[in-house]
Amino acid sequence: MIGMSTRHILLGLLAGGPSHGYDLKRRHDERFPQARPLAYGQVYTTLQRLVRDGLAEVEGTDSDGGPERTMYRSTDDGARELAGWAAEIAPPAPFVTNEIFAKVVVSILSGGDPAAYLREQRAAHMARMRELTSVKTAPNTDLATVLSADYALNHLDADLRWMNTTAARLTTLTAEVDAS
Amino acid sequence: MSTHSEKSAPLLAARGLTKTHGRTPALRGASVELHAGEILAVTGASGSGKSTLLHCLAGIVRPDEGSVVYGGTRLDRLPEKRLSELRRTDFGVVFQFGQLIPELTALDNVALPLLLAGASRGEAHRRAGEWLERFGVLGQKELRPGEMSGGQAQRVSLARALVTGPKVVFADEPTGALDSLSGEQVMSALVHTAREARTAVLLITHDAQVAAYADREVQLRDGAVVPLGVAA
Repeated sequence: MIGMSTRHILLGLLAGGPSHGYDLKRRHDERFPQARPLAYGQVYTTLQRLVRDGLAEVEGTDSDGGPERTMYRSTDDGARELAGWAAEIAPPAPFVTNEIFAKVVVSILSGGDPAAYLREQRAAHMARMRELTSVKTAPNTDLATVLSADYALNHLDADLRWMNTTAARLTTLTAEVDAS
Repeated sequence: MSTHSEKSAPLLAARGLTKTHGRTPALRGASVELHAGEILAVTGASGSGKSTLLHCLAGIVRPDEGSVVYGGTRLDRLPEKRLSELRRTDFGVVFQFGQLIPELTALDNVALPLLLAGASRGEAHRRAGEWLERFGVLGQKELRPGEMSGGQAQRVSLARALVTGPKVVFADEPTGALDSLSGEQVMSALVHTAREARTAVLLITHDAQVAAYADREVQLRDGAVVPLGVAA
């Protein structure tokens, strides 16, 4: 299976030892600070599927003074699956399915004002980049947050460079779309 | 993020600047405002007029048309002698390549503007040492520019630009010659120190990740400011 997947992330978190759903969710959100937080429902559904597929198994229950929680652990098959996924080369962006790109093309097709859209989208990107930069440079920021902010900044920067080039190219692009 | 009320007068304001180098127009009616303590990024492609704008604002070059007002004074009309005095007391400048004096140590490079302003050697060295420490390069104080890494040399340049306590620092692509991690250290040091000293910074860059250290961005295209943002 190719792509960012919750099952592999959970297998990765289980690689450190048995854990229960709540703890996995908490550790996920800590390790991937700028990612969309995992929903509990998604964690439990995914754990059940991992068990069904023989990649994880129930270790037992742990109450720790509170309500009983099911502990899960990775199986040998799970460890092999995880190692395979982690070493698998991610295809370098085979398809362009970006919303900004689509909006620019649609805007040209429908006689909109793509240049105005690009200016405002660019301003929104810059505002987000300023936010991420201040998160990253705040005193005592942990490494996971810095890495995650770096990742987001570099991707926003790539969008921004594409938007700059596109703004400069718009006249040509409009003519091409009109002619087709 | 600092915001500035419409009412507060800018520290430095350029209106309708035009400047032509030979036959090439570099600025075509550029207007920009810098408020006290603000960090403003000026971005744009090469040839968009960024550096010429900086030179006009810093009083290094006089515009052909338009005005540059600093703290109520028309810089573009100021006699050269007063202008160069003002540049020494109120402005600091950092370029892409630090322009440190190669024969002098880091400490002497940073002490130089203070010595030129009449400080004693001991006082100049004491204050230069403090600024090198703020930029994390006190350990390099006895090194000459050629013996330092690019990032260290650039932090020494920043210390030299800030040692006289300027109101405005002009930074022209200060990370342009650095790798991304050294650039990040230089930018963090510049922004942190400028905020602490309440110094305004006009930062010229073509790099959005560098511009993201600023409070605000102005984009130049063909010598004029591109209107930016939604109902800003």
